[in-house]
Amino acid sequence: MSALVQLTGVSKTFGDAAAVHSIDLSVERGKTTVLIGPSGCGKSTLLRLIIGLLQPDEGKIEFDGTSLSAGNIDIIRRRVGYVIQEGGLFPHLTARGNILLMPRHLGSDENEMLSRLAELCALTRFPANLLGRYPLELSGGQRQRVSLMRALMLSPELLLLDEPLGALDPLGRVALQKDLKEIFERLKQTALLVTHDLAEAAYLGNQIVLMNQGRIVQKGSIVDLREQPASTFVSDFINAQRGLMLT
Amino acid sequence: MTTFRFLSISYCVLGFLIQSPALATEPTVIGSKKFTESYVLGEIAKRTLTEAGISADHRQGMGGTIILWQALRSGQIDVYPEYTGTIVQEILKRSNPMPTDQVADELRKIGIGTTKPLGFNNTYALVMRRNRASALGIRTISDLQKHPELKLGFTHEFLDRQDGWSPMAVAYRLNSQNVAGIDHALGYDALRNGQIDVKDAYSTDAKIADYNLVVLEDDQKFFPRYDAVFLNRLSLNDKAVAVLRGLEGRIDEATMTRLNAEAERTKDYARAASLFFDSSGTSTPSFGESFAHKLSRWTSRHLELAGFSLLLSIIVGVPLGIWASRGGPIGHVILGFASVVQTIPSLALLALLVPLPFFGISVRTAITALFLYGLLPIVRNTATGLQDIPRGLRESAIALGISSRARLWQIYLPMASRSILAGIKTSAVINIGTATLAALIGAGGLGEPILSGLNLNDHATILQGAIPAATLALLVQWFFDFLDRVLIPKGLRL
Repeated sequence: MSALVQLTGVSKTFGDAAAVHSIDLSVERGKTTVLIGPSGCGKSTLLRLIIGLLQPDEGKIEFDGTSLSAGNIDIIRRRVGYVIQEGGLFPHLTARGNILLMPRHLGSDENEMLSRLAELCALTRFPANLLGRYPLELSGGQRQRVSLMRALMLSPELLLLDEPLGALDPLGRVALQKDLKEIFERLKQTALLVTHDLAEAAYLGNQIVLMNQGRIVQKGSIVDLREQPASTFVSDFINAQRGLMLT
Repeated sequence: MTTFRFLSISYCVLGFLIQSPALATEPTVIGSKKFTESYVLGEIAKRTLTEAGISADHRQGMGGTIILWQALRSGQIDVYPEYTGTIVQEILKRSNPMPTDQVADELRKIGIGTTKPLGFNNTYALVMRRNRASALGIRTISDLQKHPELKLGFTHEFLDRQDGWSPMAVAYRLNSQNVAGIDHALGYDALRNGQIDVKDAYSTDAKIADYNLVVLEDDQKFFPRYDAVFLNRLSLNDKAVAVLRGLEGRIDEATMTRLNAEAERTKDYARAASLFFDSSGTSTPSFGESFAHKLSRWTSRHLELAGFSLLLSIIVGVPLGIWASRGGPIGHVILGFASVVQTIPSLALLALLVPLPFFGISVRTAITALFLYGLLPIVRNTATGLQDIPRGLRESAIALGISSRARLWQIYLPMASRSILAGIKTSAVINIGTATLAALIGAGGLGEPILSGLNLNDHATILQGAIPAATLALLVQWFFDFLDRVLIPKGLRL
């Protein structure tokens, strides 16, 4: 089975986004791929290229065998869920309003929407009685769960998560990490997640992609990275995080 | 959905604010200049026409000579009182006096008719306090040569006229250094209080007797005759012209001075005009409007001016703001234009619009000026409201794959709604204040009593306009605070 997303020789250099150079990457179906690396290494830029917020200077991005273009990008976006660090919830809409925004726009059946919503509340462990609240009335963890529900509402083939747990306190973070892993497994969800936390990457990822200065340094499992580091940067990166955990 | 509700409620509200102007059959429109005698003559013409069965409207105190003349030429008014000296010097631009018949011929060539003189000569004159003049031994204008230290306060029109201060100073070889421009009515107070020593006056001004002033003799015969006449458009119907002709030679100087005094005493021009019709010599209070009725007329016109212009500002300003929010050269041009408009003084903006075709002395001009003024706060707040949406939210919206139209209406505009509404509120409050200036070009509103109060130097009349205008501005402020609670999505108010 071919990869769901295929990046071939993708480069992007410009102003405020961290540049990326000649990236080749496959996002395998049903698996969780984790992009990891220091700040500014270009991992978020890759996500924004895949969802069409940025256009590559060079190279090709294919989604399910189709090249991204201005003509098909909105159709492809509807097959992809996108969750950012701060949740990206629209403050003028309630949790429910945020989640149902897109299906309503597409004219989905109201009953179907509501049963899907109930299903998602159970899946993400979000109390249904809070659906009428506005984003500012929810905790950080609750907001991320709502954001996840919004992303999952249309049963996307791909889920893109840009440091989804980055703004949470340690307890909330651990709880949501567990839930995410369970959700991905349950849904056999293809996911591409960005983090800078090695433990999180090891826990959630089937494949880990380590980046530095806009290039992919090594791909593989956490064991591959630990035992067969491709360069001193890889071992330094792993040791730095391990050292932190010991202190 | 929320946006739709926001817009539909705001449009309903605006619709409520704006009452459609009543359509009337075309009455004869009389204009008058911004001083007592002109108002009274306008009222006399109105009553004379009305009594002859011709419906007539009087637009009081529209401005100075040029504005009235332009209004007559362009058909915004049909009739106004003018003076022969002014016609020759200011309108026909001749430096030498002309016989009355020749004046009438010249005017006819440009489509304007004139009555024969109404019977009094209201010439320009220079006046001083009687005791000051006698103390300095000043009797004639020539005597001023010996006193260059005196403070002279002249109306702005007199300062500029061809038969005004500059040529007069040449003719009399006056070299006064202290010359200032001051409003006609305020100038009388300044003269009485000793802030100025000499001012220009009209020889039939009631204040000359009231304040015990003395008229300096025009010993060089500098001032031409200023016989009052009515000017009319040649297109005015024959019956109305005949009725106005009936006033020829019927108002002498003593009568006019008495009518002016009555107008200034009672603050009621129609009542003063009634003295002319009533031979017994007692004026009848004008049967016209009660104060409540006038107040509601001023206020509804005021709201009409401010409301219509605000609606236009919203309809044009919000889309321009959306456009400007995208930045680039077009965005800069839009914001730049709106800012430049705002820097033009409001009075100057009105004056700039008046000579343009389509505008002139009209409600249309006032609404256009107010509309242009209201633009900047709305454009700027719409643009910044949209630009202030954090990048993460903007990108989350795009990543949804929602159409750009829905993105704007359902996500961006509601998120910017608070800023947009604040801009609309600023425009509304500015418009309520600025709309008082509309009275200067005869567009009515609460500026009307303010203007005539200034003209009569009567504080009570000024307050009749100023208090309701200030109250209105406060009410508008509260109304928008209420709208903020109703229209702004709750999630943004947390």
